[in-house]
Amino acid sequence: MRDMEKRETIKAIDLTTGYRRGRTERRVGEHFNASLYAGELTALLGRNGAGKSTLMRTLAGFQPPLEGRVEIGGKALGDFHGRELARTVSVVLTEKPVLENMDAEALVGLGRAPYTGFWGGMSDADREAVDKAIRLVGIENLRKREVQSLSDGERQKVMIAKALAQDTPVIFLDEPTAFLDYPSKVELMKLLGQLARSEGKTIFVSTHDLEIALRLSDRFWILDKEKGLTVRSDPDYSLIEV
Amino acid sequence: MRMVIRFIILILMTVGLFLLNLFTGSVDIPAGEVTDILLHGDTEGGPAAFIVLGSRVPQAVTALLAGASLTTAGLLLQTAFRNPLAGPSILGITSGAGLGVALVMLLLGGTVSFAGFTAGGYVAVLIGALAGSLAVMGLLLLFSVWLKSDLMLLIAGIMTGYLTSSVVTLLNYLSSAEGIQSFTMWGMGSFGSVSRDQLPVFSMATGIGLLLAVVLMKPLNLILLGENYARNLGVNMQRVRNLLLIATGVLTSVVTAFCGPIGFIGLAVPHIARMIFRTSDHRVIIPGCILTGGVTGLLCNLLCLLPSDIMLPLNAVTPLIGVPVILWVIFKRRG
Repeated sequence: MRDMEKRETIKAIDLTTGYRRGRTERRVGEHFNASLYAGELTALLGRNGAGKSTLMRTLAGFQPPLEGRVEIGGKALGDFHGRELARTVSVVLTEKPVLENMDAEALVGLGRAPYTGFWGGMSDADREAVDKAIRLVGIENLRKREVQSLSDGERQKVMIAKALAQDTPVIFLDEPTAFLDYPSKVELMKLLGQLARSEGKTIFVSTHDLEIALRLSDRFWILDKEKGLTVRSDPDYSLIEV
Repeated sequence: MRMVIRFIILILMTVGLFLLNLFTGSVDIPAGEVTDILLHGDTEGGPAAFIVLGSRVPQAVTALLAGASLTTAGLLLQTAFRNPLAGPSILGITSGAGLGVALVMLLLGGTVSFAGFTAGGYVAVLIGALAGSLAVMGLLLLFSVWLKSDLMLLIAGIMTGYLTSSVVTLLNYLSSAEGIQSFTMWGMGSFGSVSRDQLPVFSMATGIGLLLAVVLMKPLNLILLGENYARNLGVNMQRVRNLLLIATGVLTSVVTAFCGPIGFIGLAVPHIARMIFRTSDHRVIIPGCILTGGVTGLLCNLLCLLPSDIMLPLNAVTPLIGVPVILWVIFKRRG
């Protein structure tokens, strides 16, 4: 019954994900129906090849669905354009850009791009948003550090701060804990849970770290090649056979 | 504040080197006379005035603009392909432009030297160069869709360059002896090949290319994060990619058509600008590249003028500056 009070932000309606090249279709996942809720950390779990990345890419608007649709706040994802989508969904991806001569603060500042003008100059409001994002993630000490000199964990936090600076109701993170040591994984998932609850964000994380995810997330999407998508909000370990 | 000081120093260097270029040349003209000509124009109609106004001024302006253009094109390529070793000549864009030049020359049955051409002739050459460089740029962008490894893309670019060079060589065999000789001269590179009459066209075309680069400063900063992050931050990648293609194509082809295929400036000088400004913010580094490139162009031209009786080929001078910088970049990456 908790669901009734929660506000749906993203809704997958009869969603079929996959790739289309010419006339051939490769379906990855079919007929998903599920929702993400504001103020919750939702974890996307599943084996390699279950279609987690494809689902996440489709929900984030990087690729169109083969069938069905994704709605954000009642509006179809396909109807969002450029800047509007950039102000709605932010992402933290697995790719690790090489960023020389750039400090953490400047990287977080790039998250303000959907709000800055033609030349990308920052207003006072933009600088405040950057300060807030840095404070929320707790990386004040990293502000002036070169991005290239950061550890993987520190770097993920900076990327999360970038996503927060983007000031979107929805944040997607693709395997943010992948290269971290155990304590850092726990710390990061705790941080994401706190951010979801304190800032009312919808946070969606794909991960292979089952135990940590089950312990620290509010809801789980379990993706399986045969069984499709199962959504749970109680950590039922028996559901997952790994 | 530190940035402002660096810009001021570079501007002073630009002005100083520009003047030095005007006072140096294979013909000895006393400094007083040069000053007089520059301040009062061509009053006597003598040979000195002809040399200073008709040759030295266009040459210095060309060196300034060509250096700025090639450096900016190099920076755009390094950001677009996220590869510090990208540059217009190494990726084959310069040789693409060269192929365009050679084709037009051969079809028109003329020589590569602009001197004998009517206005219509050199515009055709410019269009040929632009078409050639855009074709190679387009090919590279296509490759970049399939080749996920930056190194492979670089090698594909180098191969494209070899291929176009080989076609140019084959074309040479079909050309007249006179054509081959002027093509060889063109291939050595020179900032002295833009005449006073052609200077407005050259300045305007490079100006448009530089302006395009300046307009792209914000999306370029986001592209540093990678294409997916850039798209998520609202960048219309298709449009930005097209504009980048046009900007690098125009900058490279105009300079190549007039001055020959110049190596190393586009590859190395963006790194010098990065060493000076220590930032990846394009709002600083693009103006920085324009100035650093201008200074380098003027410096290279001055080095070409050093021997009193002859003018050194530009492509003999640019590696002297370029190669150490590139080696430094490679060794720094290893560490």
